[in-house]
Amino acid sequence: MSDFNRRKFLESSAGVAAVATLGTGTALFSSAANAQATMTFKPEKGAKLRVLRWSRFVQGDIDAYMANVKKFTEATGVEVRVDNEGWEDVRPKAAVAANTGAGPDIILSTNDDANLYPEKLLDVTDVAEYLGKKYGGWYPAGEAFMRPDGKKWLGLPLGASGSLIVYRESMVKAAGFDVFPKTTDDFLKLYRNLKEKGVPGGMALGNATGDSTWCNWLVWSHGGKLVDKTNKVVIDSPETIKALEYGKELYANFIPGTLSWLDPNNNKAFLDGQISVTNNGISIYYAAKNSPDPKIKEMAADINHAVFPIGPAGVSTESHLFFNQMVMKYTKFPQASKEFLRFMMEKEQFDPWLQGAGGYVAQPLRYYEANTIWSSDPKNTPYRDSVKNLRPGGYDGKLGYASAGAAADFIIPNMVAEAASGSKTPKEAAERAQKRAERYYKL
Amino acid sequence: MPLLARMQNSRNALGFMFMLPAAVLLLLFLTYPLGLGTYLGFTDAKVGRPGHWIGLENYEYLWGDAVVRLALFNTLFYTGVASVFKFFLGLWLAILLNKNIRFKTFFRAVILLPYIVPTALSAIAFWWIYDSQFSIISWALVKMGWIDTYIDFLGSPWNARIAVIIANVWRGVPFVAITLLAGLQTISPSYYEASAIDGATPWQQFRHVTMPLLTPIIAVVMTFSVLFTFTDFQLIYVITRGGPLNSTHLMATLSFQRAISGGALGEGAAIAIAMVPFLLACVMFSFFGLQRRAWQQGGTDK
Repeated sequence: MSDFNRRKFLESSAGVAAVATLGTGTALFSSAANAQATMTFKPEKGAKLRVLRWSRFVQGDIDAYMANVKKFTEATGVEVRVDNEGWEDVRPKAAVAANTGAGPDIILSTNDDANLYPEKLLDVTDVAEYLGKKYGGWYPAGEAFMRPDGKKWLGLPLGASGSLIVYRESMVKAAGFDVFPKTTDDFLKLYRNLKEKGVPGGMALGNATGDSTWCNWLVWSHGGKLVDKTNKVVIDSPETIKALEYGKELYANFIPGTLSWLDPNNNKAFLDGQISVTNNGISIYYAAKNSPDPKIKEMAADINHAVFPIGPAGVSTESHLFFNQMVMKYTKFPQASKEFLRFMMEKEQFDPWLQGAGGYVAQPLRYYEANTIWSSDPKNTPYRDSVKNLRPGGYDGKLGYASAGAAADFIIPNMVAEAASGSKTPKEAAERAQKRAERYYKL
Repeated sequence: MPLLARMQNSRNALGFMFMLPAAVLLLLFLTYPLGLGTYLGFTDAKVGRPGHWIGLENYEYLWGDAVVRLALFNTLFYTGVASVFKFFLGLWLAILLNKNIRFKTFFRAVILLPYIVPTALSAIAFWWIYDSQFSIISWALVKMGWIDTYIDFLGSPWNARIAVIIANVWRGVPFVAITLLAGLQTISPSYYEASAIDGATPWQQFRHVTMPLLTPIIAVVMTFSVLFTFTDFQLIYVITRGGPLNSTHLMATLSFQRAISGGALGEGAAIAIAMVPFLLACVMFSFFGLQRRAWQQGGTDK
């Protein structure tokens, strides 16, 4: 903390999301609601940063991110090289970097990655506390991932890509629902009606890394969970079985073929008009809105989004793809790295980035709920709360190798698929999942 | 005599020196990774955390794992069925191409195409062909009025297994065909002429001239073909990711899923190493079973 440098700045009275353009060497003006000095870290002399990040769901995200990176370089003189990888490839690369102690200084990765090698990550508690205080606090899900012991921050939450209900307004209306169902009972009714009308819905039941997470919602919404707080596997429970029975009824109204669905299948079927309801990121809507095909563009007006319905559990129980930002302990430039994270999370940068990502990424800090991306198009609004309503995949236990392994092995989606397709009874499927999960949590 | 000159005159030293580059390459890029993989299989290494020696625990654990057993069954089934089809189709194509047909070189080139296209690309093509909503096959059959609903190629376990095997056969046949064709061309025409003079039928020619002389090539080709199929990864990873219900998971894809996505490096390595005995058995079979001299020279076992 010796070269820690705190400077005070005047607080500007401007409201939300004023995009301050910064020239080299100009001061940063904070316009947060509460008066708070901007914390800065003085980058090491000759610091250069390498950032590895996931890409790319929407081009606007990359463009806005790179514009922010450029601003950072102009403001600090620190050169930053950004490497992009598909999000599923970041995990092994990050792990190898952590293992070998060489590679990118900063890694933007997913889900419980930071919990796999916490001792290889730079403590960023100071930045996290500063940002939390300044921007209305982090959502609990962000803390669950990044501050597992309730004290030390392993990295910063970046946000989450929401996987919510995407539906065709006209078809849902024709099926008797003017507003999208808010309870699991009505949700099932909707699926039944839609099938009768010849426009069924469908959600992925194959080994789809992103879209099969609706299975987590299914189990959680009925009060089931993989493990309890002490990491004891409790998936074989009456609640889970109720969830699986419900899932079976739901599946009976799906479009045929969902057992084979991987991540892209529902996007294709939806944009082709074959299904009326599915779960997905905002990408279907984004693709339709920006499609060169006038027919698909027209469809965009009929697409809307909703949060997942609430089940017997009585609270929102959503499962989304969580994004983190980790500074690797081996970095030669810890100060520059922290400064980079801080800079990117400040509203002068983060607001335009949220805009650029077009609703694909939801913020981890409450303050950014006010970002106009969520209000400019009401269809974006449901995605706003994707971190707020998020539960980590390893709910309700501690995150780490067991939770990562159980998720990667598709234990929950396999269980739901087995019960839904009738290849096993709900009880058998739950027992099998229990056994499979116990192998991971035995460690 | 100086050392250098003495070494230049020693057959042993020279031989050693000439072999050194090859030995270094083998050690560095084959023995070391294989050794490391074997070692990891005996540890509880995780990505980002070095493991501790745990002996056979991984293997005991995997043996009790239903998904691993299923993957083993899938792999054996996949390899067995696909290899048989690849062999017969490949042999058939090779014999056809060995005849004097028009545009022979053109056809020989075309035959190779499936092998030339990168696997990931052909896998994506098959993925579309088998798509539950957009399958061209289902679409055509529905349009022709033969079926009412789309075929669920990848949605039920046995359909999915057969579907990926067909994709694998399509991709693997050219290798077998072209190599066997090369083998066929090394057989001297005089054998056929001699047997024809003796009044041999085409079947007898095939059985007693072609087959024995082709056996060494077949042994090599099929060994490679089985090895490639057994260790297949890309096709499965693109088309099904091992689904539905893990019914198309092969050892290789499961190993990747456990080691890289799941972070259990030691366990994944153990799955990969568990493939070695099967591969070794296959090599041994081809080596000692198919390459016997007596058989190659048209004799029988004593």
